[in-house]
Amino acid sequence: MKMMTCKEASHLISAGRECPLSRRERWGLRLHLWLCDNCRRFERQVRFLGLAMRMLARRTETDASGPELPPEARERIRQALYSGDGADR
Amino acid sequence: MTQVEADKDSPEYWLDDHGGALYRYALARLRDAHRAEEAVQETLLAALQSRDRFSAHSGLRTWLIGILKHKILDQFRRDAREIPLDDPDPGPDDEDAVVASSFRADGHWSSRLADWGDPEASLENGQFWVVLQRCLDLLPKRMARLFVLRELQEEATEQICQEMAITPTNLWTMLYRARMGLRQCLDRNWVGEARG
Repeated sequence: MKMMTCKEASHLISAGRECPLSRRERWGLRLHLWLCDNCRRFERQVRFLGLAMRMLARRTETDASGPELPPEARERIRQALYSGDGADR
Repeated sequence: MTQVEADKDSPEYWLDDHGGALYRYALARLRDAHRAEEAVQETLLAALQSRDRFSAHSGLRTWLIGILKHKILDQFRRDAREIPLDDPDPGPDDEDAVVASSFRADGHWSSRLADWGDPEASLENGQFWVVLQRCLDLLPKRMARLFVLRELQEEATEQICQEMAITPTNLWTMLYRARMGLRQCLDRNWVGEARG
């Protein structure tokens, strides 16, 4: 089997975050990673980016002093919710 | 109206008690104030229509967030399918600049990747989050949104995966570019800085 390039390996590392790789892709990638320090770093970085995204979202959603629903939007939603066929239907 | 609905959970308080939390949850994922407002409105309307299905022991907030999650998932699907003019879909072969500059013609990395050391330590540093936001803002909007949503989808991975396989857009290419772009941006603006 021909050794995959770093570019191909980086595509598989990324795609593998979304969907399971085929057995052939998995083995090819494993072999490449075993020999390639740079791609091992890339894989760690990609994993770290995922962690950072999850933490970023958690920071935003739990930050009580964070962004507030703008007053105009709040009013618009109130209208949509509670006027006409509102809560006491 | 059923008796399971305690007074404090009465729909007239939903917007005041939970609007802010729903908004922040949506904003963290959709990265767009207008879309987040719409998601909150859709969520509360849907909740109002199906409020008979709410059972108090699950907690109102949890129930509302559950509905919001579905709305966000719908948004992800729409995003993945539609190709807006201002953020064209990449063809699999047309290289973007970051990818092109990252590799040599023979497919090797063009330079050694920087060692990010203990990246978890970055997570403790407030400045890191500022840089990360800025790096996300540098990506095309739809690409950033799809990437964030994709990384945050804990559930239904298999389902999403099957859907992705039949989306007409190059979702994988976009997510790949998002990762390559963010990686390079952090390399330049965070890891480099942190090292002096």
